[in-house]
This record gives sequence, C-alpha cells and structure tokens, in this order.
Amino acid sequence: MNSSVVALAFISVIVFTGSFIGFYAGSRRKIDLEQWIVGDRGFGMLLVWLLMAGEVYTTFTFLGASGWAYSKGAPVLYILGYQPLMYVVSFFILPQVWEIGRKYRLQTQADFFHVRYNSKYLAAFVALIGVIFIIPYLQVQLTGLGMIVEIASYGAIHRTPAMVISFLIVAAFVLTSGIRGVAWVSVVKDLLLLFSAVFVGIAVPYIYFGGIGPLFAALVRAKPAHLVMPGATTNLGHSWYVSTVLLVSVGFYMWPQFFGASFSAKSSDTLRRNAVVMPFYSITMPLMFFVGLAATLVLPGLPNGDLSMLAMVRKTFPAWFLGMIGGAGALTAMVPAGVMILTAATLFAKNMCRPILWPGMTDQQVAKLAKSTVLAITVAALCSAIYSSTTLVSLLLMGYGGVGQFFPGVVLGLYSKWATMRGVFAGIVVGICVFVPLVLTKHDPMMGLNAGFVALCCNLAVVVAVSLLMPGERGGFHDHPRASIGA
Amino acid sequence: MRKPSIGAFLLALVPFVAICFSVSLWDRIDPMVLGLPFNFFWLIAWLFLTPLCLWGAYRLEATRAADPHREDGGTP
Repeated sequence: MNSSVVALAFISVIVFTGSFIGFYAGSRRKIDLEQWIVGDRGFGMLLVWLLMAGEVYTTFTFLGASGWAYSKGAPVLYILGYQPLMYVVSFFILPQVWEIGRKYRLQTQADFFHVRYNSKYLAAFVALIGVIFIIPYLQVQLTGLGMIVEIASYGAIHRTPAMVISFLIVAAFVLTSGIRGVAWVSVVKDLLLLFSAVFVGIAVPYIYFGGIGPLFAALVRAKPAHLVMPGATTNLGHSWYVSTVLLVSVGFYMWPQFFGASFSAKSSDTLRRNAVVMPFYSITMPLMFFVGLAATLVLPGLPNGDLSMLAMVRKTFPAWFLGMIGGAGALTAMVPAGVMILTAATLFAKNMCRPILWPGMTDQQVAKLAKSTVLAITVAALCSAIYSSTTLVSLLLMGYGGVGQFFPGVVLGLYSKWATMRGVFAGIVVGICVFVPLVLTKHDPMMGLNAGFVALCCNLAVVVAVSLLMPGERGGFHDHPRASIGA
Repeated sequence: MRKPSIGAFLLALVPFVAICFSVSLWDRIDPMVLGLPFNFFWLIAWLFLTPLCLWGAYRLEATRAADPHREDGGTP
C-alpha cells in the first residue's frame, strides 16, 4: 500500500471518530436555541476547559506557530507572550460577563452590548463587525485543513475538495448537536494534539540534533540573528512585540465565540479557576517553535513557512504517523470552526435579522434562521479560502485588529457608569476606520506598532471623549425582552 | 460590577511587566539556560509563574467574596 493511502486512511478514521462523538453528544437532547448556543449554562470546569482549550488551540497553533518560527524567527515569541496574558485579562472580565449573562439570560456578545448600552442598533453593529472578522479566522482553519490533506496525501488530493468535505462535516455536527457536540469533539482533538505536539516537538530536535539544547547550539552558530527580535524581519522589533502582545491579550476574549463560550459555564467561579490553570496548556507552543526552528536548518527554502511542521513530519516519520498528525490537525481546524460558524449564525439571526428586519420573529423562528445561516457562512468562508492566499498569522492578526475594538465597550461597560452608547459606537467606528485602511495599504506595522493597537488607542480616546463631552443615557444594565430569550 | 481588589490587580500586573513591558531587558541569547536562549527560557518560565500569580489573585478574590461584612456585599 502506498504511503499516501495509509496517511489518508488514518486522517479519515480520526476525523470520522471525532465527528461521531460530536453527533452522539447532542443526539439524546432536545436542542432549542438556549441548548444549541450556550449548552443550558451547565458546563462544569472540565467541559469548559475542554471547550475553551478546544477553541483556543486552533490550526494556527499547529501550523502557524511553527510557520512563523521558520520564516520569521524570534517575533514568533509574541505567541508565548500573549497566551498567558490573555488568561490574566479573562480573569477580570469573563466571570463578570457570566454574571450579567445569567441575570439577563444573554446568549451572544451582541446581547451584552444591547443590555448595557440600551441600543439594538449598537448590538446589531457589534454583531455585524463580529461576523465580518470571524470569516478570516474561519479561513485560517480552512486553509490549514487544506494544507494538511494536501501534504498528507503527498499531493494526490487537492486542498479544495478536502476543505469542502471536512467543512460539510463540521456544518453537520454543528446543526445536530450545537455547542455540546463541539465540546465533546474537543476531547478527542485535545488528547491527539497534546500527544502529537509533545512527541514531535521533542523527537524532531532529538533525531536531527541530539536534543533541544544542541538544536539551539546549532542555531546560535548558524543563525544567531534569527533568535532575537526582529529575527528574519526588519519591522517586527520590540515596540511591535509590546503593541501586539497588548492588542492580542485584550482582544482575545473579544472574539464573539470566546466571549460567548463563557455563558456555557456553570458558575463564575468555574471561569476564574479555569483562567488560573489555562496557561499550562500553552506549553505546547514552544514545542511547535522547536519544530519550525529545526526546519530552518534541515529544510531551508520551503515556499511557505506554514508547511514547515508537516514537511518535517513527512520527512522524519512513517506514513501512518503523518496520518495521525494530519488527523489531529484536521480536528484542530474543525472544532474551533464549528464554534465560529455557530456563533456567527446566531449573531446574524438573533442580533441582526430579528431586531432590525423582522421584529415579530419567535425564538423558534430565530433558531431556524440561525441553522439555515450555518450553511451560508460555511460557503462564504470556503469561497474566501479558495480564492485568497496569505499566511495564517497575518490572517489571524487581521481578525484581532477588528474584534479588539470591542474591548473598551466591554471593560468600560462592566466597570464604569459613564461610558455611553454614542461613545462606544463612535469608538468602534473610528477603530475600524483606522485599522482597515492601514492594513489594506500595507502600513501594518505602522512606525513599529501593530496597526490594530494604534486603532485601539484611537478608539479608546474617542470613547472617553464622546462619553464625557456628550453625556447621554448613563448607568448600568437594562433588561430587554428582545435581548433575553424570555420574549 | 464589583471592582477587583487592588491586591488582585497588582498580582495581575506582575506577568504583564515580566512578559510584555520588559522585553528589551530579556530579549537576548545569553546567558543560555537549560540549553535555551534566554528569551525562550524567560517566556517559558512565565507559563508556570503566571498561574502562580493568578492563583494568588484567586485566593484574594475568594476570601473577599466570602466576607459578609463588606459594604459592597461580597458575592454579587
């Protein structure tokens, strides 16, 4: 049997086993909108940990990190910087968001803006921006998945059919089981990912260099500049590192899907304890760096750095092992993609269509519309993945610049009484209007600073200025029958 | 919303200083520790030290929430 068949067989077995667990998890429950998107708010610490780890550690972890270690060098350390810090930020935000969520029966991030700022238009706008910036993140997952299948099949299967098939599977388990299905697929995925990352991250340096120490000794001799910032780049220096780490660590839980995942927890204490232990999981990241760094010496000149991890595995290990890594990688793309699709569909139906277009919709109709949107969003992401080419990290950083603009509205919404709807609205508009042109005209980084961070600073200044100069409705949270599910 | 205590906030600031703002102090190769360049070693070490700081913050918040005599009512 030739090696591409063996590798593909392994990938398929892993993907189908994982998906079966996803279908099974939700098959014995009645799924209404509440169960579908927040799992009836009944997830304990273990399931929340699995869901969050499952969502957080995406294809990007798997391919993007080793890709940047390979092509850029030390700037990849920003990942090790933001990961522990985003949990520090979450410690002060998620438990509070959860409390509000329980009190007002919130299901989405836009619901939060609705009850805090008392405006369905702000909520719909936040939902729209969220959906727009989820698409590049979905595209990261899709592109990664396509690469995995292409490499594992030794080029026999083109990435487009692979992306189409696996995303139809994702849409199917999202439709049947909702968030609970996704959380249980994470169990399989996390075990495989942990095992593969630890094994490959230790074995590759050992096989080629005799250990991690000797790998770095060889790198220090051959390419010392690769190991300190700005590495192989000219513009990713210390100010870029600080601004990017700040943007990503505050922006991370502003992703609508991560923000929303907190609603599925059983208690706010679950989220606090979860934040304490999560940084340990990041230990897989340096192992991915080691593989990428080893590849700079063993396989120089790859056309795309994102391929370095898979290319190293293919060069080093037998086909069945490549298949196992490929399967883990495929699930790693599918699990977070499931949550993204679920979140985007709910935002679209619940926070954009119902309040603005058809105020008379019942909850059943919203749920039905959300489920039909699942397919539309899947197709949109597929199209953008098939027709675009850019590296995984740049796609992801683009998303952060967008969703990071929600941060002032969330933090000031939780901890201040003076932030107003007009202020937050204007802030997000300014943030996006600064960020998008900077990225499109290739001015990221700008004067050594991450463009998203520059936009976030402008955003914050506008929120504060508008809120204080044009005082409007102030104060706390408002109960809205349309935002809560009781309507 | 109940604001976090000053103590918890200061504990949370420690990893931000160590990991983010002090980058020009630790972003170098020497001295190599455990075979790793100093910047890699430093950041990996903080994967273990950050939970320690957060655990301290958690203890502070938990005792505060359990104290019924506080004006702001402890647990919301």
